[in-house]
Formats: sequence, C-alpha cells, structure tokens
Amino acid sequence: MMDNLQGSTARRTLTASARLLGTLHLDGQLLLALSAIAVLGLGILYSASGQNEALLWRQTMRFGLAMVAMIALAQVSPKYLRLWAPWVYALGVLLLIIVALVGEASKGAQRWLDLGVIRFQPSELMKLAVPMMCAWLLHDRPLPPDLKLLALMSIVILVPVGLIAEQPDLGTALLIATSGIFVVLLAGLRARVIAAVLALVPVLGWVAWGFLHDYQQKRVLTFLDPESDPLGAGYHIIQSQIAIGSGGIFGKGWMNGSQAQLEFLPERSTDFIFAVVGEEFGLLGLLLLLALYVFVIGRGLFMAIECQDTFARLVAGSISLTFFVYVFVNAGMVSGLVPVVGVPLPLVSFGGTSMVTLMAGFGILMSLHSHRKLIGS
Amino acid sequence: MISPVRIKDHWAEQRMFMRRAIAAGIVILALVIALVVKLVQLQVVRHQYYAELSQGNRVRIEPLPPNRGLILTRAGEVLAENLPAYQLELTPEQVPNVNEALWRLVDLRLVEPDDIERLTRLVRSRRIFESVPIRLQLSDEEVARFAVHRHEFPGIDIRTRLTRHYPLGDVGVHALGYVGAISEQDLKRIDESEYAGTTLIGKVGVESSFEKQVHGTTGFRQVLVNAQGRPVEGEAALRANLATRPPVSGNDLILSLDVRAQRAAEEALRGLRGAVVAIDPNNGDVLAFASTPGFDPNLFARGLTTAEYKALQDDIDRPMFNRALRGTYPPGSTIKPVIALAALESHSIDPGQTRFCRGFFTLPGSRHRYRDWRPEGHGWMNLQESLAQSCDTYFYNVAQVLGIDRMSSYLSKFGLGQPTGIDVEGEKPGLVPSRDWKQKAFSQPGEQVWFPGDTVIIGIGQGYLLATPLQLAHMATLLANRGHSFEPRFVTALRDPSTGEMHKIEPEPSPSVGVDDAAVWQRVVNGMVGVTSPPRGTARGSAAGAPYQIAGKTGTAQVFTVGQTEKYDEKQIAERLRDHALFIAFAPAEAPRIALSVLVENGRSGSGTAAPVARKILDAYLLEPTS
Repeated sequence: MMDNLQGSTARRTLTASARLLGTLHLDGQLLLALSAIAVLGLGILYSASGQNEALLWRQTMRFGLAMVAMIALAQVSPKYLRLWAPWVYALGVLLLIIVALVGEASKGAQRWLDLGVIRFQPSELMKLAVPMMCAWLLHDRPLPPDLKLLALMSIVILVPVGLIAEQPDLGTALLIATSGIFVVLLAGLRARVIAAVLALVPVLGWVAWGFLHDYQQKRVLTFLDPESDPLGAGYHIIQSQIAIGSGGIFGKGWMNGSQAQLEFLPERSTDFIFAVVGEEFGLLGLLLLLALYVFVIGRGLFMAIECQDTFARLVAGSISLTFFVYVFVNAGMVSGLVPVVGVPLPLVSFGGTSMVTLMAGFGILMSLHSHRKLIGS
Repeated sequence: MISPVRIKDHWAEQRMFMRRAIAAGIVILALVIALVVKLVQLQVVRHQYYAELSQGNRVRIEPLPPNRGLILTRAGEVLAENLPAYQLELTPEQVPNVNEALWRLVDLRLVEPDDIERLTRLVRSRRIFESVPIRLQLSDEEVARFAVHRHEFPGIDIRTRLTRHYPLGDVGVHALGYVGAISEQDLKRIDESEYAGTTLIGKVGVESSFEKQVHGTTGFRQVLVNAQGRPVEGEAALRANLATRPPVSGNDLILSLDVRAQRAAEEALRGLRGAVVAIDPNNGDVLAFASTPGFDPNLFARGLTTAEYKALQDDIDRPMFNRALRGTYPPGSTIKPVIALAALESHSIDPGQTRFCRGFFTLPGSRHRYRDWRPEGHGWMNLQESLAQSCDTYFYNVAQVLGIDRMSSYLSKFGLGQPTGIDVEGEKPGLVPSRDWKQKAFSQPGEQVWFPGDTVIIGIGQGYLLATPLQLAHMATLLANRGHSFEPRFVTALRDPSTGEMHKIEPEPSPSVGVDDAAVWQRVVNGMVGVTSPPRGTARGSAAGAPYQIAGKTGTAQVFTVGQTEKYDEKQIAERLRDHALFIAFAPAEAPRIALSVLVENGRSGSGTAAPVARKILDAYLLEPTS
C-alpha cells in the first residue's frame, strides 16, 4: 500500500509544477486549499468592508507576507525547528512579561509590543511556540507521558496562557491552551485521565469564572440568553443570527446583504465575517467554506500521520487541530453555538498577525512532512 | 517495586498517533455536523423569521405629507393656498450644542429669547437625525441674514417647505379660521399616523371643521436605513421591494363667501367692535361673515412668538374672539317682527287697531314704568307703525298679551336659543328664556318664579334673551322666506384637486316656522319695509336712495340698566357700557337674495350705527360692480 502511494506520488511529481513544489518543500493540496480560502476571503472582505479597497489591499499584502513566512519556514529542517523550540518558547515568555509591564494598550487590552518599526503581539509567537515546546518535551520520552511530565507540560502551557489571559485576550489564551493540550492528547494521554479531567471541567470552570473579567463573564451570560440584553452585549449575537438566518439557502447575493451593508452587523469585516458569508451566500456558501476548512484540517492530520518522528507528528497534529478550533469557535460563536470569544475566522477575517502566524504554522507543517526520509524502496 | 524502564517503541507510537488522529477526526466531524445542524436551523428552518427581522431592520417608513386642499370662493378667489416658504430647520445630531446655537440665533434676531425653552424641548422630543423646524416662515431679509452666518451653524439650515398662506390676509379670518403647529391637544383628537410628516393643522373655523376633508391622506415611502436609522442609498438589490404609497391631496373647499360683500362688511366695521353675518336665504350660503377687529391668519401659519401670541390674547378688543359665532347679545328690537308674527298668528292683537303711546308702559296694578326709547312717546300706533318706528310701548303690551310661553315658542321657532347648525364648530346657542329655564337656572326659590315684568321686556328683546349675530341673520332668512330657510353654511362644494370633480353639498333645510298664513307674513314684511321707508321708519336714512326695497329692523340693546328716575345720558356712560347697535334686514323685500344681521358693540343706536353698515353690504352684494 505504501508502495502504491509512493508510486502514485512519484507519477504526479512528473509535472513541472509538482517538482517545483517538491523542491520548495510545499504541499500542493494544502497550498491549493489555503489559497482558495484566502482568495474567497478577499472577495468576502471586499463586500463586508463596504467596498473598502484600501482595506482589501492591506489584507492582500498581509496574505503575501503570510505566504512568504510559510514558504520560508517550509525550508527550515525539522531538526532545527526542534532544537530552537525551547529557545523560541523562552523568548516568547520573556516578551509576554515585558508586554505585561510596558506594553501598548489598545481597546482596553495590553497586547502589543511596540518595536519602533512594527507593533508586535508576542502572544502570536506563543501560538506556535507552545505546541513545539510541548512536543519537544515529549520527543525523546516514551509515550504516553507519565504524571511528572504531564505536570511539567501543564506549567509550560499555563504560564503563557495565564499571562495572555491577563492582558486580557481570552480568545488567544484559549487557542494556545488548546494547542498545548492537543499535543498531550495526541501523545496518547490515557483515556481514564481524560475522563477524570473532563469530570473536573465543571469545577475548573467555576474556579475560572472568578478569574474572568466582567466583560468576559457578560459574554458567557449573554451567550446563554442573548435576548436578555438585545441592545447591549446580546446585540452582536442577535444581529449575526439575523444575518445568517435571513441569508437562507442561496443567500442574498454578493454585496447585497442588508445586515452587513447597512452596518447592522457589528465587527462585520473582522470577527463576524462568517455571518456575512451566511447572509450573502447562504447555506451553500457556508457549506463550501466549511468544506474547504475541513479539507485543510483533514489534509493536515493525514500529513501528521505520515510524519516519522514524535516531535514532527505532535507539532503537525497540533497545528491542524488548532486550525480547526479557530474555525469552529469562530463559526460557532457567530451562529450562536458557542459564547462570543474574540477569535477570527482564519484567512478570511481582516487582521494581520493571526494570518501570518497561521500560514507560518502551515509552513512548519509542510517542512515536517516534506523532510521525511523515504522508507522502503 | 521498581517500575520497569520504559523503552520508546516507535512503531507502537506511530500506530497510537494514528488512532488518536482518527479519533480527533471523528470528533471534528461530529462538531462540524453540529455546526451544520445549527446553520440549517438558522437558514432553512427559521429562515422566514430571520428574513422578516432583517427586513424590519433595514426599512424605515417615511411619511409623505399630502397637500392641504385649497380654500376658494365660488367665484374662484383663493382664500387659502399652499406656498413654498423658507423654514429654518435643525438636525440635532449635527449640532454640537443646541442651546448655545439657539442663543446665537437670538443674537441674529432669528429666534426670540422667550422661545428658547420651548424650542429646546421640541428638539429633545425628536430623534437626533430628524430635522426639527425651529422657524416656520422666514422673510427674505431673515434668509439673507442667516445665509451670511450659515457656516457658523453646522446642522442648521434653511429648507423650502409648503406652508399655508392666506392671500387676502385678515379678510374672512373668522370664517376661514387658520392653521397652526400641531399641539398636544390636537394630537388627542387626530389619528397621529395620519399626521406623520404634517406640521400644520386647522385650529378654528372652516380650516378646523373641514380638517378631515382638506387634510388629505398621508402617503409613505419605505426608505433604506443603516443601523443608526439614517437613510442611505444602497445597492439596487437592497432597495428592491421598497413600497411607496403616494399621498392623496386634500379636497379643495368651495366657500359660499362673496368677497365683495365680505370686504364691504369688514370695511364698514373698521375701527368698530362688531359683527356682520349675511346669508343667502335661498340656500343658507353665508355671503359675509365678519367679526372685528380681526387678525392676520398668516401669523399662525408662520408660527407666533410667545410675545406675539400674548399680545393678541391680551388685546382689550379681543381680535381672536369670534363675535359673529360666539358672541351672545340681547337682540333688542330686532326680534319685534317675530313678536308681531306671534301676535298675529295667535290672533292676540288686531293689526288695524291703534293704541296710544305716551312714552312708557305700566303693568296693571303696578307703578313700575317700562320706558319707550322715545321719552315723549309715539302717539297713536298700529302694528305696522310700531314696527317702523320701533315703538316699545306697543310691544310691551303685545308681550303682556302673548305671555312668555308663546313668545318662547315663537322665538325658538325662529332658531334662537339653539345652534343654527352652521357647518363650523364652536357656535353658541344663546338663550330663549322660559318658565322651565328660570326654574333650573336660579337656585333661590324667590328668583325661580317667572314674573310678569320678565315677560314685558322680552317683547323688546331685552331681559334674559341672548342671541348671536349668526342666529339673528338666520332669523332674518326665516323672515325673508316667510318661515322657511336653510342651515347656514360656508362650504358649498368639495373639489377633488386631481380630477377637478365637484361634489356639491346640498343645502340642509332648517325646521320651518310653521306659519302658513301669507297675509300674516305680508303684514310683518310690510312692517319691516316701513322701517326703511319714509316718513318715520327708523332706518329710512340708511335706506335712502337704494334701488331695491329693504325690509329691516333696527335694534338697540342695553348693556347697562338705567335706574327708574335716571335719564340715559350717553355722554356720561363709559364707552363700553353704551348700548349695542343692531340691525337685521333682507333685500329685495319681495324676492330676497340676501338676509343679514349687523351688530356693533357699544354702537349706541341700531339706526345710527348698524343700519348704515348693512346698507354698504347690501349695495356691495346686490348692485352690479361698476367696471
């Protein structure tokens, strides 16, 4: 079976473009799906932003930058990625501490580090550094991890998550925590431990509730009953549900979504852009978009399975699963399935750093996959 | 026990990872399915619900106010029209500090300081993006003054709107009435949705009573709005299916007023406090309806400042008081024809029999003298002569013979003591006293009894008897038509402005007097003709030279009771305590085309003051205009 697969791959690499992709350590299917999402995303953004061409141009530039980051990271050998993991992690934690002390506040949250030339969110770096650090810890050890190792990994995850949640940036903290947890889960954490932790969730949830900021608590409460505050916190959810629901099966047509075009939908070009897709392209548009996302995740998991060492498998798996969390949390919040958490719709929402980080992650994934040694013939 | 050293088993780990990855894939699929189910629920199952919510979000209904109907005379003169006017409007959200901006407008003399509070309240009561009119009609000079400073007033601008204009100014103001800004009181009596977008409403007179016909039907237009409620253009597809219902203009009103008669009436009353009502006895059409002093109704359409309104209200001559419709006065001798008719019809007197007038009348067994207006007396009097010379003594006697019950009955048959049924609101019923009425009106048992003396003075239209000039004019129409007449009316037809189609309003007959004896009527009319005829008719001077025959009756009504031993010395009596002057008439006497009443408050004498007024109106109406 392996032979057949390799054989068919070999046949496909006969084409010149495939050879080029191979040389550049890029994965054709993944690249195609990601590009498709990004291009559709630009079309949606043009409509959602109220035909703002300047904004569209900036997003295009960012996507270009993100592609460069992806291609660059795909060239780095997994060996170096593994060796650098603890140092990148340490640097990230250091930067987070600096942000907490001297960071730039924006919209009530202290997330930015002003480096003079560019403003930089260290939390974005941690999105990749945390799973890599966790995988690094597990790489040489027999799996599944023992309790001592689990405790160590908990600290590795919770320190940056705590710092980011304090900024406060609940969405990013959640994403980073999950990316670390995914490494642990993929490393074969025993089922009974998982069950025990799941049993503890309500307790942990109650404890965490106390640490949440007022506005974060309100978001959860509003999620549970959006009608309770239709003009305040519930407005976002109600308006986005109206947008999606009124789109129906076929949608109102590109640039014809009244909810989006007439600004009833808040954050329409950033966190709530999924509702614009639902309003203007209907259920069919959303299903197409979700299908593309599922393909990316499926392809990512498949590539992870094909990886040959523990570090590569765990990092690749975590990157794929975290990407899913992005999609699910965003789509779920916009459609009213999960609470409103500030998570962008990957590759579609307007916003810079997260797109670069995502594509950088896929660059790492491609590197891990393409630098395999061929086994067998 | 020492735990065994664990060795990394790459093959097992790879298999384990694959199992975990597949498990993750299953979980992902499950969550995606949950998401899809949610989306199907929103977009398929509840689509209709959300589509309606979205429609409600984006569409706002904007009212389209109708054009108010014109008011015209039958001859086509325009009495009320709609003209574009410059209006100063303020859009609250664009004005940084409304109060401060208003004060700066005060500095430009565009707003009165007294109005600041009212305007501030008005601005606050509206939505921030809706423009509020703060001045209704600006003069060209004010427009120019504002234009120079316009850049200093963001959010305040001049807009052209249709407002009401009365081209003849105060001519017929008490008939027409006027429009003004809709007040809280008005809101109680109208359907607010019908007045969305309308700023003016009829306040009194025809403008108010025919409000329903003249206002029209408000249309609407659905406009696309954004989340702030501001109208936006939007893409064509967003604007699809926006409904529009055009407004329907109000009906034009065709009034019965005759501008020449109306102008003659107002001209004749200039400088006096008084009223004239002239009616065509053949259909009830009101030809002239004046109450002086009047006022310019355009002031109200423009919006009075607080000070201007107060000045009108406080004017001692009460220009806003509709004397013709709502002023009740003792009718004096003008009712003598009715009393004469009652006496003839009931055979209480012999018209040919003469009685001697010595200047006063006494009831049997009483020494109280009921004085004649002519202290020396009229000498021998028959019915005809007593009407012509307005002999009070004769009518004191007639009244005593008739008694209060019959007099009340006849006065009521001539429309006194009850509304005439004119087609505008606010009419006063006046008062025809009776035994029953006195019983109810007074609380002291001693005052509740009807005394013979009460009867005697009713015979000359004094005492408790009160009538409006409108009622007296209506009474004159009944005399003119020998007992038949119509309810007075201003509006003779409605005209649909879009088709030009006329909807004539049929005259409404008044209850007939019920006296059919032509000879009786002829005697009364002859008596009234005698009033305007030589040698002794009280109004012969005023009627002199008229190419048509006038049947009239003068009246002089006491405002002030003169003591038994005093003499009425008008020089010593304050101007406002002098007698009211009255006159009723119809002409030509045998084929009447006009019947009228004239009242001049404190005019001293019906023959001297009121009758000349009447002559001017009769001439204006009956004589062909000299071209």
